[in-house]
Amino acid sequence: MNLLSLFTRNRTSAPVARERLQVLLAHERALDGRADLVAVLQQEILEVIARHMPVDRDKVLVKLERGDHVSTLAIDIEMPQAVLARG
Amino acid sequence: MSKVMVVTSGKGGVGKTTSTAALGAALAQAGQNVVLVDFDVGLRNLDLILGAERRVVFDLVNVVQGDAKLPQALIRDKRVESLYLLPASQTRDKDALTPEGVEGVIAELRERFDWIVCDSPAGIEKGATLAMRFADVAVVVANPEVSSVRDADRIIGMLDSKTLRAERGEPLEKHLLITRHDPARVARGEMMKVEDVLEILAIPLLGVVAESPDVLTASNLGCPVTLHNPASPAARAYLLAARKLLGEDAPVEQPVLKRGLMSRLFGRKAAA
Repeated sequence: MNLLSLFTRNRTSAPVARERLQVLLAHERALDGRADLVAVLQQEILEVIARHMPVDRDKVLVKLERGDHVSTLAIDIEMPQAVLARG
Repeated sequence: MSKVMVVTSGKGGVGKTTSTAALGAALAQAGQNVVLVDFDVGLRNLDLILGAERRVVFDLVNVVQGDAKLPQALIRDKRVESLYLLPASQTRDKDALTPEGVEGVIAELRERFDWIVCDSPAGIEKGATLAMRFADVAVVVANPEVSSVRDADRIIGMLDSKTLRAERGEPLEKHLLITRHDPARVARGEMMKVEDVLEILAIPLLGVVAESPDVLTASNLGCPVTLHNPASPAARAYLLAARKLLGEDAPVEQPVLKRGLMSRLFGRKAAA
C-alpha cells in the first residue's frame, strides 16, 4: 500500500458517479438537439481547409475532451509535403 | 377531468412496467377509474405483470387500426374493478402506431377514465415518443446509477420538447420515481443518494422504491405489489406516490437501512 492509497481508500464510488454525471449532463443539455455538433464542426472545418489544399480523410484525427469548465475540440490534419513546400 | 400519465425512463429494465402496474393499481385502489395502456408494441409485458396474459384477445394496434372496438380490447382487472388494461400487440411492430391513431384512442379513453397510464417502451424512438406525446403528467423512473440517470435526463429533455403540451407551451407535470434503491449500498457510499439524483435531474420527487423481494414476488404472481402486499415498503412507496399524484400532500418515505444481526452484535455503524 502506498502513501496515496492511505488517503484515497476511503473514497467511495457514489460521489464519483455524481460528479461524472454532473459534468456530462451539463454538456449534453447544452448540446440538446444538436448532438451531432462535433460532426458538423468537423465537416465544416475540413471543407474550409479542403478549399486550400487536398485533405486525406484518413489522416484526420478528431479529439474531444470534456472538462468541468472548458472543453477542447482538437482536429489534427496531416498536411501534404507539397503544400508546405509551396508555402 | 381525466389525466394522461406516461411512465417513462429511456433506459430499459429500471422498473417502468412494474411501476406502471403498481401506480395504476394504487390509483384504482383509491377509487379512481384507471386504464393502463401498454405502448411496448412487440414486447408487451404489462399483461404479465397484471396477471392478465391469458385474457388478451385484442390490443392497442387492433383498436388504432379499427379492427376492434375499444371496449372489446379493454381487460378488466379481477381484483380491483376500476382497473383496466389495454394491452400492446405482441406480433406487430411499432410502425403500426401512428400519432393520429393514438390520439383517437386516447380521446376515447379520456371519456371513460380518470387516469390513462401509458407504459412507455425503453429507448427514445417512435414507441417512446408516442407514449409521451399526449401526456399531462410524466413519471420518470430512474435507478440511482449513472446510465439510468443520464437516460432519465435525456427523457426529461424530450418531455420538455416533444410532447403536445410542450409544443403548445402548456405545463407538463413531471415527477421522479427512484426505484431499485438499496439503502445498505447507499450507506456504504457505493450508490448515489436520493439527494444526488434529485440535484442532478431537478424534478420533484414522487417516491423512492427500494430493491425488494416483494416486488419480484408480485411480478411472479402477476399481481401489482400494492394489491399483493400493501404493507410492504415497496407497496407503501407506490401508495404514497399515488396519493401525491391525486394532489394530496403525502410525504416521501425513504427506504431505511435495516441493521443485520452481525452489525448489531458488533455494534458496527454504517458510514454516513
